Amino acid sequence: MDLEKQLLLASTRRHFFAQTGFGLGAVALQQLLADEARGAAPAGNPMAVRQPHFPGKAKRVIYLFMAGGPSQFELFADKPKLRELDGQAPPPSLMQGKRFAFLKGNEKLLGSRRKFQKYGQCGMELSELLPHTGKVVDDVCWIRSMATDVFNHGPAKLFINTGFQAPGRPSLGAWATYGLGSESKNLPGFVVLQSGPRGPRAGSTLWSNGFLPSSYQGVPFRSSGDAILNLRNPKGVSAEEQRAVFDFVHELNQERLNQTGDPEIQTRINALEMAYQMQSSAPELMELSQESESTLAKYGATPGKGSFANNCLLARRLVERGVRFVQLYHTNWDHHGGGENLETDLEKVCREVDQASAALVADLKERGLLEDTLVIWGGEFGRTPMGEVRGTIGRDHHVDGFTLWMAGGGVKPGLIYGQTDELGFGTTENKVHVHDLQATVLHLLGFDHERLTYRFQGRDFRLTDVHGRVIKDILV
Amino acid sequence: MRTPPDPRWRLLFSGARPGGRSAVGRFFEALTPNLHLARRPSFSPWAAAGLSVALFTTGAEAGPQRIGFNEKIRPILSNACFQCHGPDEKKREADLRLDTFEGATRDLGGYKAVLPGKPDQSALIERMISHDKDEVMPPPKSKKPRPTEAQIQVLKQWISEGAQYEGHWSFQPVRKVEPPAVRSEASVRNPVDRFILAKLDALKIKPSPEADKATLLRRVHLDLTGLPPTPQEQEQFLKDTSADAYERLVDRLLASPHYGERWARHWLDQARYADSDGYSIDGARPMWPYRDWVIRALNEDMPFDQFTREQIAGDLLPNATRSQKIASAFHRNTMINAEGGSDPEQFRNESVVDRVNTTGAVWLGLTLGCAQCHTHKYDPISHREYFKLFAFFNSSTDVNSVGETLPVVPGEIFPAPSAKVSPAQYAAGLRKVADAQSTASQRRAEWLKKLEAASEPTRWQAPKAVSATAKSGRQPRVLEDGAVVVPSAGAPQDVVEIHFTPDQAKASAFRLRLLPDSSFNAQYAGTAQDGSFALTEIELTVDGNVQPFAWAVSDLNDPKNPVSTAIDRDPQTAWQLDPKRAESKGLHEAWFFLKEPLAVEGKRCVVRLRHESGKNRLIGKFAVEVADEAPLLPPEPKVAQEAWKLSRQTKPGTNPNHPALVAAFKKMDAPQVIAEAELGRLSAIAQPAQLLIMKDLPKPRPTLLHLRGDFLNPDKTLGPLQPDTLAVLPPMAPSDQPRTRLDLAKWLVDPRNPLTPRVTVNRVWMRYFGKGLVETENDFGTQGTAPTHPELLDWLSSELVSGGWSLKKLHRTIVTSATYRQSSTARKDLREIDPLNLLLARQNRIRVDAEIIRDSALVSSGLIDATLGGPPVFPPQPEGVFAFTQAAKPWVVSTGGARFRRALYTHFYRSAQHPLTSTFDAPNFSTTCTRRLSSNTPLQALMTANDEAFMEMAQAAAQGLWKKVPGTSKAEDAERIKQGFVSFLCRPPSDQELRRSQQFLGARRKALAESPQDAALIAGTSAGPGPVELAAWTEFTRALINTDERITRE
Repeated sequence: MDLEKQLLLASTRRHFFAQTGFGLGAVALQQLLADEARGAAPAGNPMAVRQPHFPGKAKRVIYLFMAGGPSQFELFADKPKLRELDGQAPPPSLMQGKRFAFLKGNEKLLGSRRKFQKYGQCGMELSELLPHTGKVVDDVCWIRSMATDVFNHGPAKLFINTGFQAPGRPSLGAWATYGLGSESKNLPGFVVLQSGPRGPRAGSTLWSNGFLPSSYQGVPFRSSGDAILNLRNPKGVSAEEQRAVFDFVHELNQERLNQTGDPEIQTRINALEMAYQMQSSAPELMELSQESESTLAKYGATPGKGSFANNCLLARRLVERGVRFVQLYHTNWDHHGGGENLETDLEKVCREVDQASAALVADLKERGLLEDTLVIWGGEFGRTPMGEVRGTIGRDHHVDGFTLWMAGGGVKPGLIYGQTDELGFGTTENKVHVHDLQATVLHLLGFDHERLTYRFQGRDFRLTDVHGRVIKDILV
Repeated sequence: MRTPPDPRWRLLFSGARPGGRSAVGRFFEALTPNLHLARRPSFSPWAAAGLSVALFTTGAEAGPQRIGFNEKIRPILSNACFQCHGPDEKKREADLRLDTFEGATRDLGGYKAVLPGKPDQSALIERMISHDKDEVMPPPKSKKPRPTEAQIQVLKQWISEGAQYEGHWSFQPVRKVEPPAVRSEASVRNPVDRFILAKLDALKIKPSPEADKATLLRRVHLDLTGLPPTPQEQEQFLKDTSADAYERLVDRLLASPHYGERWARHWLDQARYADSDGYSIDGARPMWPYRDWVIRALNEDMPFDQFTREQIAGDLLPNATRSQKIASAFHRNTMINAEGGSDPEQFRNESVVDRVNTTGAVWLGLTLGCAQCHTHKYDPISHREYFKLFAFFNSSTDVNSVGETLPVVPGEIFPAPSAKVSPAQYAAGLRKVADAQSTASQRRAEWLKKLEAASEPTRWQAPKAVSATAKSGRQPRVLEDGAVVVPSAGAPQDVVEIHFTPDQAKASAFRLRLLPDSSFNAQYAGTAQDGSFALTEIELTVDGNVQPFAWAVSDLNDPKNPVSTAIDRDPQTAWQLDPKRAESKGLHEAWFFLKEPLAVEGKRCVVRLRHESGKNRLIGKFAVEVADEAPLLPPEPKVAQEAWKLSRQTKPGTNPNHPALVAAFKKMDAPQVIAEAELGRLSAIAQPAQLLIMKDLPKPRPTLLHLRGDFLNPDKTLGPLQPDTLAVLPPMAPSDQPRTRLDLAKWLVDPRNPLTPRVTVNRVWMRYFGKGLVETENDFGTQGTAPTHPELLDWLSSELVSGGWSLKKLHRTIVTSATYRQSSTARKDLREIDPLNLLLARQNRIRVDAEIIRDSALVSSGLIDATLGGPPVFPPQPEGVFAFTQAAKPWVVSTGGARFRRALYTHFYRSAQHPLTSTFDAPNFSTTCTRRLSSNTPLQALMTANDEAFMEMAQAAAQGLWKKVPGTSKAEDAERIKQGFVSFLCRPPSDQELRRSQQFLGARRKALAESPQDAALIAGTSAGPGPVELAAWTEFTRALINTDERITRE
């Protein structure tokens, strides 16, 4: 745009909003124009609630991220043929053109040692390691045909979160809050929780705002201690003391606003006030002891302890308070054998995750929240039909045919979607690529994934890059 | 009643603007492409009845003028058509391209998309206004907004006028522009103002008055150095009433070393500088010498063309200096994926792609990345051209790995007074190694002659009649074969001597053999539990005279504790083998050489083994042997065997450069071994950074086009591509040599290249006004915005080039202009006509960057340590920053001054950056960042209100105020308040602010007196006026730290 058009646009918009009863004050309007000049869409309060392209079935998302890549063969995909061919070399035709992270070429097919059984009306088969999940199978939509492009943890985690293998792009949660804002006035719109022995590989780049304004970055909450960095007043500063200082700052800021007429100051006054609110609302949120004994027992949660169960319960409390997107990371599912194996280590992580995941779905349903809350459960990729040659049983990373489940928020409950071949190498029916999953999640939130864009470095970027299709079959 | 837009609009318009009611709506919608808000019915622009008339009926009065293609037509076509009818031939529909005259006017079988002079016979128009769903362009499924009626009218007029095309503005040569004459001559301070005023004059808008002196002082301080003026500097400037006080201030600030720090930060954003590898492992790596290089280069005002050449290709410059090699680290700021199981070739390609895209963004302002997978949809950048650029970067030696490095010690770029090794000493060490290497070939030839003549490579003789003693009184045993066993029980440190009288006439070298023995450890020769030993020193005396060893080699080398430490006469160092390494097990040996052969026959020799490091780390069993002639081949059996074999096979003297011979000789060449040992010693003390630098393979890798950008899918039919640049820009200088990065670097700053100077001055301008003359500073292509002041952009660009590419001159020109010096206060009259302040009838208030939020508070509180450069520091950060990363990063909080350094020096982990930077909008530098966004979030407020670092500054500032103005009188109170404002906001308080501050302090004193324990914690010290008083003042300074004004450049 040349100067003339830029001026015209600004002036037109100014008039338009000033005259059409949109109700933006001069201050918000200035902000709107300034935001727009920066390439950002939302006006005034960047977290203001906004309507999507069309009414979405899901209003919020809880994403249970199983970091490391859970083995579908030990949990979701019983493959008798694989058991039959256990110990044999994999068919060369299936290995052709495939790339793996660690396999050397001498690996043999590995049949699962786990027992499977069918659950519920839908008859989803689950292994003995997921007895609690078995109770909610009919509330869950099972995708057994996931595919990704990358077989290393960091890049694959980035890919499923941001649609791109390298860091630097906005994550799903950032896009969701950018598009919808947040209903919470005193908590961040996008919250990240973590449990397990270590943080996920690639760290904060997984919940980054990328090139979106930093208002949309995921805010890590620690599940014990102070939830947010710098949430606590400096040593010796009481709540009243803090209030007095903030009030004084407000006055100085107000005076400056009068002097300069810069609407940005009002925005900053609001941010400071929200910070103050957050200082009391976040600790209240973390008080799991407010929950009933029976609720705690259902999740397997223990107040004051950092665990996946606690985080699931926190996730429910967060969405109850209007938070838009909650992402839980749980490590470690990287069962190669050797260091982490498919025997005791997998059993341990399943014990940590199974009960609380199922409890979360049941609890949301009981409270009427499941209808418009989308729960996602899955890792960055699955694992190979071959075992690795290591000290104990394990499998390598595999980009095809892994399982991910969703519940609530407009997905068909009790649907078993997608099919893999009898050895689980690849998908034979209804493949769902990571970009398709992203397009579908955005659709559930009310967005056309091709239109939820942000202009950066001269290009309209989107979560799905130039790919992705909505999987209509799994929608209610 | 609705107010129509300012009628002055028409003065800016050229060309007719007929239009109807709905045209406004579409126009409006078309220009807000990514705003889903705009699509909500309640926003429907159609509701704005009447507005359209006002907007689009003004043109007639101005009279018709020729429609400019770039100004009017290209944006319409680019938005609506080019995606399918543009440069990308793969995606081109109906074989029609509309971005060139030839394409648009091609015969399409009896009709043309554009028939010059005949809009009504041009299919372009027909299709755009069609009501047929299958006919209309752009097609509904493209989801592109339809051109508005107004746009159609403009297109029609352009076609009637002959449909002339122009090249895209940014690709045209930079014009020599004369600054225009203006009506308001009095408002002109320098030519910049003429360009701004010309537009303001046309709209009869008055520029804003100059900002008051205090505001201006703070503004230019923050802009040029990133630091606020101190109270002394404020006083000095406010007192100075001379006519050129401001200009002299600017010169002072440009000469300040902090200027380089401030502007380096912007450059480092673009260089995606970080102190870690990125991706999941994200280990630390020492890139700081490059950061310091940038600071120094800017402080020295290195011409921007040189600045460019050294960073893109410093390593390829003839006789590249160390400084130039350091500069080449610019493109080593790419990430390395150290995750197990990664395909190095995949991430090598990622780095090359990043180097291409970064170069495109930083110098050319182009979105080259779009052409990685396909020909650019909008700009004339083909897929093939992308890979020609790729070819420049495709030959570097790093493969998702450390690659080439350059050791740099602290002090080389900026003084490091506490460094134990001076850069001069270290440089001398490096030089000695280089000298020894450069003179080696002659010595090697002589050595080879000897080797070929020799009948055996080494000849060691065990002395007879050996006896052994130990200083502590323990009793070493001498075995029949002359080996000595040292009992492990006894003094934890000891000196073991063996005595003998050699048979041979002379001695040139002594060999110490380490012999594991099941009496203490079957696998290792050391007496420690883990089998380790530490030989502090080995000495030789002959007939009572000490004979120093000149150099030493061993068959296994632990670089941390090499064998040279046993002859360095330094009791702090000792020869060791790391028992954790499997190779350390078993037999090992070290050879010690005398400077000259020594007559030893019949003389009493003593070899003394000093074990004076650690506890119980003796050599438990050993033997000493003597060689009359120095061995020709090294103790490593493999190296020696291969060289020996070669020396038997080749004809005498034929192949002295065989790698195996070179390797063997290097280990036995005294000058090289001595020089390396000395350098090793210096390195152990100085711990130089092993800076990642660029280096190319001797033979370039062939570059194939990657289909769809996928490195696994190279286009083999097309064949290798030669390095070249974009056809749309002036060509590279002809050359008969294969082109390298150096050619690319030269081309980037070739005066004929119109993009580099435009992009560069635009980014500098952007920092001063919050927005560039071209708002899309990273997209000078057709999808970007056109410059608001194209003549000014060209004038500044040509001044930059003709002024010898001096950035300081450019800065000076801008900040001494009246335009820059205007007040930033909002104006009612401008709100109407220029709400975004594109015309610059005033300055803008700008939220300062993350780094300045910290640095300025450090200055105001008096805590800052203004040391320049050096390894990164670790200021306090809240606990839990690493709770969410794969592995906790080492973060030992710095003490002393290092705690209070500028934020630029804080260690930057890409996967877990310090919360100051992530909270205040700094990206994680995975890719180039040419411009940071600015957001307002509650987390920012939490940080400045509660973070330990800011609290520390508030406390220090409160103590500082009391120190400066002690006393409890009302006047002293008021003076302290004033000083607080002066320190943090660089201005005295207004009467009202003073009154409110007094009330605030009064209330705090009262409240804190009731909880003295809290007061003590808040004050942080009980010195001075006591905890309650100090706490109240700490709360006061804390409030100042948290004001909007403090983090805003006004």
